[in-house]
Amino acid sequence: MESESKRKKESPNTAELAVTASFPDEVLEIVLSLLTSHRDRSSVSLVCKDWYRAERWSRTQVFIGNCYSVSPEILTRRFPNIRSVTLKGKPRFSDFNLVPPNWGADIHAWLVAFAAKYPFLEELRLKRMAVSDESLEFLASNFPNFKLLSLLSCDGFSTDGLAAIATHCKNLTELDIQENGIEDSSGSWLSCFPESFTSLEVLNFANLTSEVNTDALERLVSRCKSLKVLKVNKSISLEQLQRLLVRAPQLEELGTGSFLQDLTARPYADLESAFNNCKNIHTLSGLWEAVPLYLPALYNSCANLTFLNLSYTALQSGEFAKLVVHCPRLRRLWVLDTVEDKGLEAVGSNCPLLEELRVFPADPFDEEIIHGVTEEGFVAVSFGCRRLHYVLYFCRQMTNAAVATIVQNCPNFTHFRLCIMTPGLPDYLTNEPMDEAFGAVVKTCSKLQRLSVSGLLTDLTFEYIGKYAKNLETLSVAFAGRSDRGMQCVLEGCPKLRKLEIRDCPFGNEALLSGLEKYESMRSLWMSACNVTMNACRRLAKQMPRLNVEVMKEDGSDDSQADKVYIYRTVAGPRRDAPPSVLTL
Amino acid sequence: MSTTPLEHDYIGLSESSSVPRSSDKLSYSSSSSSCTEENYTSSNKACLNFKETELRLGLPGSQSPGRKPSHGLSLFGKDIENNNSNSNSNNTNGYAAPSPLKSLVSGAKRGFSDALDGVSRNWGLSINGKPDAELGKGAVLYSPRGGLDDKCKIMKEVDVLPLSPKPVQEKKNQVPALNENEPTSAPAAKAQVVGWPPIRSFRKNTMASNLVKNNDAAEGKSGSGCLYVKVSMDGAPYLRKVDLKIYSNYMELSSALEKMFSCFTIGQCDSHGLPGQDGLSESRLMDLLHGSEYVLTYEDKDGDWMLVGDVPWDMFTETCRRLRIMKGSEAIGLAPRAMEKCKNRT
Repeated sequence: MESESKRKKESPNTAELAVTASFPDEVLEIVLSLLTSHRDRSSVSLVCKDWYRAERWSRTQVFIGNCYSVSPEILTRRFPNIRSVTLKGKPRFSDFNLVPPNWGADIHAWLVAFAAKYPFLEELRLKRMAVSDESLEFLASNFPNFKLLSLLSCDGFSTDGLAAIATHCKNLTELDIQENGIEDSSGSWLSCFPESFTSLEVLNFANLTSEVNTDALERLVSRCKSLKVLKVNKSISLEQLQRLLVRAPQLEELGTGSFLQDLTARPYADLESAFNNCKNIHTLSGLWEAVPLYLPALYNSCANLTFLNLSYTALQSGEFAKLVVHCPRLRRLWVLDTVEDKGLEAVGSNCPLLEELRVFPADPFDEEIIHGVTEEGFVAVSFGCRRLHYVLYFCRQMTNAAVATIVQNCPNFTHFRLCIMTPGLPDYLTNEPMDEAFGAVVKTCSKLQRLSVSGLLTDLTFEYIGKYAKNLETLSVAFAGRSDRGMQCVLEGCPKLRKLEIRDCPFGNEALLSGLEKYESMRSLWMSACNVTMNACRRLAKQMPRLNVEVMKEDGSDDSQADKVYIYRTVAGPRRDAPPSVLTL
Repeated sequence: MSTTPLEHDYIGLSESSSVPRSSDKLSYSSSSSSCTEENYTSSNKACLNFKETELRLGLPGSQSPGRKPSHGLSLFGKDIENNNSNSNSNNTNGYAAPSPLKSLVSGAKRGFSDALDGVSRNWGLSINGKPDAELGKGAVLYSPRGGLDDKCKIMKEVDVLPLSPKPVQEKKNQVPALNENEPTSAPAAKAQVVGWPPIRSFRKNTMASNLVKNNDAAEGKSGSGCLYVKVSMDGAPYLRKVDLKIYSNYMELSSALEKMFSCFTIGQCDSHGLPGQDGLSESRLMDLLHGSEYVLTYEDKDGDWMLVGDVPWDMFTETCRRLRIMKGSEAIGLAPRAMEKCKNRT
């Protein structure tokens, strides 16, 4: 590869001839079409012009991590044959209400461009985009081959939009609606799937609230023989679930509805046998309002479970422990902290294959009630689950020693997201900052890609991160650090850093400007409630024309302060659709 | 920005903190802040506790760090297993025996908020695992609320059934006062910090609504661990006993009873009536009376036989002495009144 490009530099004509003679474009395209990784494709496209050309013609999937880093025109110009698009829009902190409404990331302009250039578009995966009903209707009407729609954490649409999709997308295989700001006016959208429609393989409407027509759902499930993933919402009762399961024994992923019901009409045994009949279920979620009474119906199904999502089910430790005993093959587990340390100990004892653990707080805003998990639960899991590499852990207390033990047991962490819910809380035993905890994480876990820190942290934490976290790509920081030096250490030290999001830290202009060159190699930087001024942002914007520097002003704040700053690299230039509260410098 | 350590800034006490409060307070999940206050006043309850007979209760500021006695030993370097129902202890996690040290840690949690108020910024005073020397300090910090400790040791082992409503009330009275004294106490401050902890709105709202529901159910509950009542069924050869504490609404009780007595029950009921929070829906009652031969009744504290479902669940659990699954024919006399009540409610 390299020798060819070298030859090309010396004598372009001979090199071109050589390449054309030995490797026709068509062959190259076929070979490259086997490449699926986006990073590999990016590398390939940089080799030489021929390879760039071949790559762009053969590419069918594109992933755009920041919808403003490129424009629809640029995208469609470069890649003529795209069938699958993944787009991410708003900065991640928009999930936590830190981004003003109408910020942007509207999908419509993209859809218009796709309708012209990619009429055979099949898949669209959107995260944190603004999606309107009109856009969904447009999508449903303009892409006859459309197969897959996945909306995660989007907003701006209602169930009417879903109705349009159900009505018009004759080839739909996947409809995945997750955790969106959706206006859920009625469940009638589900009834819009025509009786002739049979291609559905994935249906996830777990996060909608309106009741759907259960007869329509039953009929839909019956005729879609390839249905593999079914995640229903809370309105579906146990009795209805049983009827669905009986019609779809081939299911692989199941999200139940409400698990709390008066089972007078249908005996419990029917439910159990329906579950037993679904021998392929490896993912289980839902279980809204589960009462321990009916959980044993699941026990047999749990034997093959690899992913159990109980994050909307408030189970206590005892009943959870009884359940988890039946899940020896579990690889991913999401729970609420109502299971407490004891529940996590049961996980450690029963799930040796566990790779991912997420513990969400059932009641994050109350400090007074004794609830939740502590460092002990986490430590217990680390002793039992040595393959653990992804953790998201919300707790109210932690110690440096515990974290050191945890990473010693599990040195393969790729994602370590620890949220000690009280900001600025020190090690509750030693009273010291949590610097050593995260120091241990970065020193021990050389494969670490994503880190979220919390607790009382000085600049030392960031010195450690800059020094040791050589594979770190995403870092989230809140209420931490002492001075600009902290942020500087990270910017200078982490070569693979792509996303840095900071809130409520004492980092100022010096820190911001120290990363001048760095930001072009990153996807984005978010800084809010720090000490950055408008002037510094202007200076940054001036010096780095290929960065978009956007400032979101709060009402009534000091004019010179840049309350929220969002900086990202782009080839599309400054955006023109920003609302008045967002200033593009 | 002041050079004070950040641990004091997050609450927004620092003037330079630019975390906006006014507008964002509104946009911030209001359900959660109302939830917070509700929890605060009834924080005696383990609100998501369905079945466990172990109640996890606690006072404001109480927390149970380590649960296992063995861990407790290493953490505190002192044998804590012997400390039971100490007058200062309020650790009620139901796992390990509570210890005064643990209560100090928890009491010290209160001290953390105190510290932020400017009483003391010395971390040493607030959270400290070292015993003896700090014991005195911790106790001093906690003493203004010492009264609470004594009255609120509501634990599984202790039979305080007749007394318990009182402490709950006292606590209810005291807790808002606490709140007033500390305008920047932790719960109120939490409501001001937008987007923290970092949980998506959907999840936040779902959990908040679950919590409110459970709190409604939990409020008014007595503090004892279990409440077994006899259940008799006309025609059955023997009686059963159920623990009313493990259910949080009539639906759960009803389904449990049907499971229990399924071998005797003849009638089948449709379950398309959506149950209300506080009692049986009209259709459910109709089912019971018309579709089934049996009716669920209970004897209350006054010795009267009442139809199950009239009063809110919590009132029911407090007044119910025993249950009787009565033949429908005998219950006819109760029907009109009950139906009227249902109609009024729905």
